[in-house]
Amino acid sequence: MKTRVVADFSGLPIHGFRSASVTWWGTLAFMLIEATGFALVIAVYLYLMNLAAIWPIDAPKPNLLPGTLVTVILLVSAIPNYLTSRWAEREDFRRIRIGMVLMSVLGTVPLAVRAFEFPALNVNWDSNAYGSVVWALLGLHTAHLITDLVDTLVLAALMFTRKGDNVRRFGDVQDNAMYWNFVVVTWLPIYGCIYWIPRL
Amino acid sequence: MSEVKPDTRDSELAPPALAAALAETWRTPVGLWGVLAAVDHKIIARRYIVTAFAFLALGGVLALLMRLQLAQPEARVLSPDRYNQIFTMHGTNMMFLFAVPVMEAMGVYLVPLMVGTRNIAFPRLNAFSYWIFLAGGALLWIAFVLDMAPDVGWFAYVPLSGPQYGAGKRADIWAQMITFTEIAALAVAVEIVVTVLKQRAPGMSLDRIPLFVWSMLVTSFVVIMAMPAIVFASTSLILDRLVGTHFFNPAEGGDVLLWQHLFWFFGHPEVYIIFLPAVGMVSAIIETFARRPVFGYLAMVMALIATSILAFGLWVHHMFVTGLPRLGQSFFTASSMSIAIPAGVQVFCWLATLWDGAPVFRTPLLFVIGFIVTFVIGGLTGVMVASVPFDTQVHDTYFVVAHFHYVLIGGAVFPLLGGIYYWFPKITGRMMSETLGKCSFWLIFVGFNLTFFPMHILGLAGMPRRIYTYQPDMPWYGLNMFVSISSLVLVAGFLVFFIDAIRSTRVGVSAAENPWDAPTLEWATASPPPSYNFAEIPVVNGLSPLWDQPGCLMVASGLRTDRRELIVSTVAAAKPQVREASPRDSIWPFWAAVATTVMLIGSIFTPWAVVWGSVPVAIALIGWFWPKATPEDES
Repeated sequence: MKTRVVADFSGLPIHGFRSASVTWWGTLAFMLIEATGFALVIAVYLYLMNLAAIWPIDAPKPNLLPGTLVTVILLVSAIPNYLTSRWAEREDFRRIRIGMVLMSVLGTVPLAVRAFEFPALNVNWDSNAYGSVVWALLGLHTAHLITDLVDTLVLAALMFTRKGDNVRRFGDVQDNAMYWNFVVVTWLPIYGCIYWIPRL
Repeated sequence: MSEVKPDTRDSELAPPALAAALAETWRTPVGLWGVLAAVDHKIIARRYIVTAFAFLALGGVLALLMRLQLAQPEARVLSPDRYNQIFTMHGTNMMFLFAVPVMEAMGVYLVPLMVGTRNIAFPRLNAFSYWIFLAGGALLWIAFVLDMAPDVGWFAYVPLSGPQYGAGKRADIWAQMITFTEIAALAVAVEIVVTVLKQRAPGMSLDRIPLFVWSMLVTSFVVIMAMPAIVFASTSLILDRLVGTHFFNPAEGGDVLLWQHLFWFFGHPEVYIIFLPAVGMVSAIIETFARRPVFGYLAMVMALIATSILAFGLWVHHMFVTGLPRLGQSFFTASSMSIAIPAGVQVFCWLATLWDGAPVFRTPLLFVIGFIVTFVIGGLTGVMVASVPFDTQVHDTYFVVAHFHYVLIGGAVFPLLGGIYYWFPKITGRMMSETLGKCSFWLIFVGFNLTFFPMHILGLAGMPRRIYTYQPDMPWYGLNMFVSISSLVLVAGFLVFFIDAIRSTRVGVSAAENPWDAPTLEWATASPPPSYNFAEIPVVNGLSPLWDQPGCLMVASGLRTDRRELIVSTVAAAKPQVREASPRDSIWPFWAAVATTVMLIGSIFTPWAVVWGSVPVAIALIGWFWPKATPEDES
């Protein structure tokens, strides 16, 4: 087929940030998948609660301390997370390195406290359906904590190699920060569900 | 071939040199490495389509075995246990290994071409998706060969599939096969969403997107919203069976109906995941063969979106006999019937297009006409079973079997076969035979109706589905024999189709760029398309670019030839934003799929497989994402 050139794109940039980047949209799509998953498990929780005569079934209410501690740490981590994302946008390589190290620490700490959350549920996954669903909720969110922590650690390591100082990596840092926000935000309804609904 | 010099722009090269430079940059290596590392959407989609059709043939053989068993009363062709495995395998295979993957694969092949880009978004994820799909299919079929295939029906209701009744690993294999196919489907959905939203040719604003592309976009969103339900369902089933959770155990506060809710919250949208791409194919074929744009473009797009939203409000109509509250039943009856509205809008728009056009009755259009007839019948019985009293009467009978084969084969397989005839020249560079095509259409159309229409009557006469035999004094004998004989006609039609397809890849007439004189961008490049799809990125200013300016394609220049480059554009207006890089071949998706497969299959047997299996998965993913020193990594 004959062609007629009607536009010249030689001046376009060769990398885009945020909504001009396909990775950003891909991350968003995966967040939609996972948010649907979280919403479903919460729906299952409410469904089983609705069927049960008493809730929690044959178990004391979960202890508040470890879960609340995780919530506070996650909320606090949102601040350096936001700053890291901003530094990435400004392409401030030195600060990005600091931010990634900080976020590696702030990803590890809630995971360590999370280890104390499971016993604090005061029920086992195989005790009854209540135990199964709270373990599923907490387990699912923990899987997200671990995934994003591994992603953060790899990116942080990358920042201290020759390949770190590249605008593409800064885009990755931003997408990683967005995903961390997602992990923090989705925790809030799960926290409310696990710890506060039994207290209503 | 020589290396392409850094930062060589397309505008600096004469057409033959440009083609050579792009071919070098976008080349898929030959040999085993190329097979395992390929990321070209066309290569992956071809594999996907061929594999899915192989599963169709296998599923067809299972159907024939069932018809052989049911042809007469008290037959002893299959044992009851084998029969249970076979009907479970047939449904599972057709839904999860044929219908959904083949529709997505058509999207993987066509969407990037139709929106005028050079590869799908996340091509490595695409490669990963295929390997995972293949592993899931292999898991199911190897289990079948070993006589340990699932035997609990394609929707695996608890408690039958639970720890108490479903001994052995059969139900686990079903559940984990689901996980494989859902990971594969979700990956493709993400790729298609991002490709459609961000990689459209400059100027292809939302109101200029071809209807097939719209249908794939809407389908992908349905996949994204529906599939997490089945992933959670199958995972919790495995947990109940493996580590003693009680999600579905009423004795410990669980609930068996919870399974049905979770399954059908996915399972009903699943029907539209299969049907909506078919609708898109119908629009594409009708447009080309009626020789005019589809009537009511906006209404068609709205109908697609309306169907996708309503799809999530219907699932309970699969559960009308479970004793749900009256109000719930009324709501879901109303919502089930209301889906006939967008379906009707589409049917009337197609009819109007044909009415106003100058239809050319080639094989693809024949399949589409066959689709309209069959789908309308299936839709009508759908409205019938949406009514609770009627459904209570025919639930779990052959009436339902007839209904869903009418909507699935009539509604999706007919358009798909039409679509294969239509796009075969683009994919292979050769035409399929018109004579054999017409022959296969009539055999399939007549054979299908003779096979499945009597099942309505069998169902009304009370014949339950999923029985391995029946007694001679039941009034079902003659019709069952008739159905079994008719199924041979249907099979003959499929055989002709397969023979035609295989034969045509070798000896078919060579196809030109645009053998049907179609209006959309996939026909603006060679048949089959080169690895880079388009030597220059098309620029679009209408809904039917190849009809608006016949023989001349408007394009843009200024892209690099030494780097896999494509255009990222804005979501609504498709204004060009970036000359973005597209990843090169990589072996890592293959290794990631191998590691994921080991982890998932291991976790049928021990929960620790998840812990230890995630380590190689993580290593493979890090290898995948670790930047390589290629021009694509430049910024």
